[in-house]
Amino acid sequence: MSIATAEFGTSGPEAGARSEDYLWTLNFGPQHPATHTTLRIVLKLDGERVVDALPEMGYLHSGFEKLGEHLTFNQYVTVTDRMNYISPMANNVAWHHAVEALLGIELTPRCASIRTIIAELARISDHLLSNGAVGLDTGAFTFFLYAFYQREVIYDIFETLCGARFTNSYTRVGGVSQDFTPLVIEKIGGFLKTFPKTLDDMERLLTRNRIFVDRTKGVGVLTKEEAINRGATGPVARASGVTRDLRKDEPYLAYGDFDFQICCASAGDCYARYLIRMQEMRESLKIVAQAIENLPAGPVNVGIDQRTALPTKQQVYSTIEGTISHFELSMSNRGFEVPHEESYAAIEAPNGELGFYIVGDGSENAYRARCRPPSVLHFALFPHLIRGHTLSDVVAVLGSLNIIAAELDR
Amino acid sequence: MPYTLPSVTDVLAGLTNRFGSLETSLNRGQTRVVVPEPLSFDVLAWLKDQGFDLLIDVTCVDYLEYKAAKHRYGLVYLLASTATNQRLTLRVFVDDPDPTVKSAVPLWEAANWLEREVWDLFGIRFTGHPDLRRLVMPEEFTAHPLRKDYPLQGRGERHNFPVITRDHS
Amino acid sequence: MAVVHSVSSDRLELPENVVIGRLDSLASWCRKNSLWPMPFATACCGIELMATGAAKHDLARFGAEVFRFSPRQCDLMIVAGRVVMKMLPVLQRIWQQMHEPKWCISMGACASTGGVFDTYAVVQGIDRFIPVDMYVPGCPPRPEQLIQAIIDLQDKIQREGTISGREFDTAGRQLRKRALVEIANPLSIDAARNPNLQRELAAAADAVAGRN
Repeated sequence: MSIATAEFGTSGPEAGARSEDYLWTLNFGPQHPATHTTLRIVLKLDGERVVDALPEMGYLHSGFEKLGEHLTFNQYVTVTDRMNYISPMANNVAWHHAVEALLGIELTPRCASIRTIIAELARISDHLLSNGAVGLDTGAFTFFLYAFYQREVIYDIFETLCGARFTNSYTRVGGVSQDFTPLVIEKIGGFLKTFPKTLDDMERLLTRNRIFVDRTKGVGVLTKEEAINRGATGPVARASGVTRDLRKDEPYLAYGDFDFQICCASAGDCYARYLIRMQEMRESLKIVAQAIENLPAGPVNVGIDQRTALPTKQQVYSTIEGTISHFELSMSNRGFEVPHEESYAAIEAPNGELGFYIVGDGSENAYRARCRPPSVLHFALFPHLIRGHTLSDVVAVLGSLNIIAAELDR
Repeated sequence: MPYTLPSVTDVLAGLTNRFGSLETSLNRGQTRVVVPEPLSFDVLAWLKDQGFDLLIDVTCVDYLEYKAAKHRYGLVYLLASTATNQRLTLRVFVDDPDPTVKSAVPLWEAANWLEREVWDLFGIRFTGHPDLRRLVMPEEFTAHPLRKDYPLQGRGERHNFPVITRDHS
Repeated sequence: MAVVHSVSSDRLELPENVVIGRLDSLASWCRKNSLWPMPFATACCGIELMATGAAKHDLARFGAEVFRFSPRQCDLMIVAGRVVMKMLPVLQRIWQQMHEPKWCISMGACASTGGVFDTYAVVQGIDRFIPVDMYVPGCPPRPEQLIQAIIDLQDKIQREGTISGREFDTAGRQLRKRALVEIANPLSIDAARNPNLQRELAAAADAVAGRN
């Protein structure tokens, strides 16, 4: 397609006026450093003021949902890694949470705790990057380096846990690929000790920084009614006063056992979204600390009789059930039983409600694997938030919405 | 102890009162209601008044190869209530040759892009939608790729570009 | 730099502190140590590209840290992440906007071959449509791998030299470029003139024939 001027007048109440010939059009993206990845916005400017914005997506549409119909439930986890690639672990957990809801599998307590821990670590690394990027775009490069260094520490924990630093593919149906080792627990403990200090440093760098506050406070305000009507979830909605967090409202995994708080603000601007993310990292740390302290013993995968998770080698060699189960799961024409049913299950991903609508048809592949991506609804908010602000606010608003193109386009 | 969703029996009773008997089903705590296509907008509007204020998702399933399916396309509306945390799934079935549904954009702004995506990937038309363009595929694209009769590898569109060699650049 | 105009005797008298070499290798040496990358980051690999430039791995140690987001200023394009149908014309446009001499690193499995995404929308390797100098395997590659690729590319630049003089043929290049500059509507391009599509169609026909 050509990179031509897009047509205006198709969306938004302000569009369509005739006497706007003096306005000029600016193409922003799809290859631009502040879009972080690939998205495109055509801006209509009056001097430096944004009159209207026309967001466009699809520059990274790779057919994830179509691929989900051709891969088995365990294979598809590799694709979910690449969905929201700044917190792959949270996507793994979301996918298998939905699969287990379809199959009706109940996890072991140890597995639920382990998944809670890694999902919270993923939340921390996601918020680090998204806040770091807001800082980077508004001119605070040091903040970004602090954030990225801490991400490297989390990468290191994940690498020790499952061998891959970034695209982990860690969960399996009814379990996880590797159990926690003492070294992993030690590394998480080290992170819990050092990270609050860095977080304090980061807050001192930016939270009361005059330039940063001036550039984000009062910019891109979203009211509570608008947030609900436009389907915002996660930190974006909570910054506008919507007290919805699936960890509390529909306690999945082991969240019901831990003491933590939901962070909310009422301002609804970019600064509030930044503050919510900073505060949520502290709450996540609390959850991880409690979960590590009370990590239940016992098996990490569901039992052999469920016939979903591969048995351990010792079970295969020493018990007949283990041998049969291993055989059944390894043969291409066997596998586990999937009902002719449809179900939706969601988790509170770092970005908002991330759910999967899965249709089972008896085979090991999903008949349809729909992903409910928070980024799409947040990107649709963008023209509403930016109208009336200046061109330099575009990057602040984009950064605070934390739009991830691979999750946006899938 | 796994969490179970709050029950929606009172809402279902109200629905039956207002719209006559509708086909409902329950699977692992999730309630689904099948709504005939002409009624879909009214039911959604009524449910919004009853407190289901958050539209989680609008999507579609193509039942072309599904065992014992009566219709070709099944739309899915996932609703939730921010006050009571109830959830409700609405199914609306439509068929070829011209699958059409009334748009939910007048009720929820969130439906705007979600419906555009369904139009793009499944080719289901939403009447009353303010801006029904393709969302993720290029404008020139002609097929609807998530339909079951469209192959995974496509029909050669991905190879249809000019080649730039060292001499050209 | 002193240039010796005529060499009369067979033995050259050189003053001190003078080293003789080919002008070509001097130019290559300058080029390889002043690479300015243009990060064409689309997906997951882009995050690892950021990690390569950030605190721990620090690409600056190898003389290639000046990331510039304007293609006019860059000579090394790093394509990090999958490129899809809608993005490819943008990629080609940006490649054409870069000045010679220029190089391209295809970072990660998706950019090199399409990776796990053998689907309708993803281009199965950018080298089908633009020239690529270096492929980095991995999904995504670790920062160390990317650094190794840049070091290898520097070796290649040194060996390759400027002998072809391609970058000096400005007029001819402009002419050829003009023929390509309108990548207006990819789906309307004649299939008969597209070698990639023909190859693909032939392979599909062979597969069908083999099955029967």
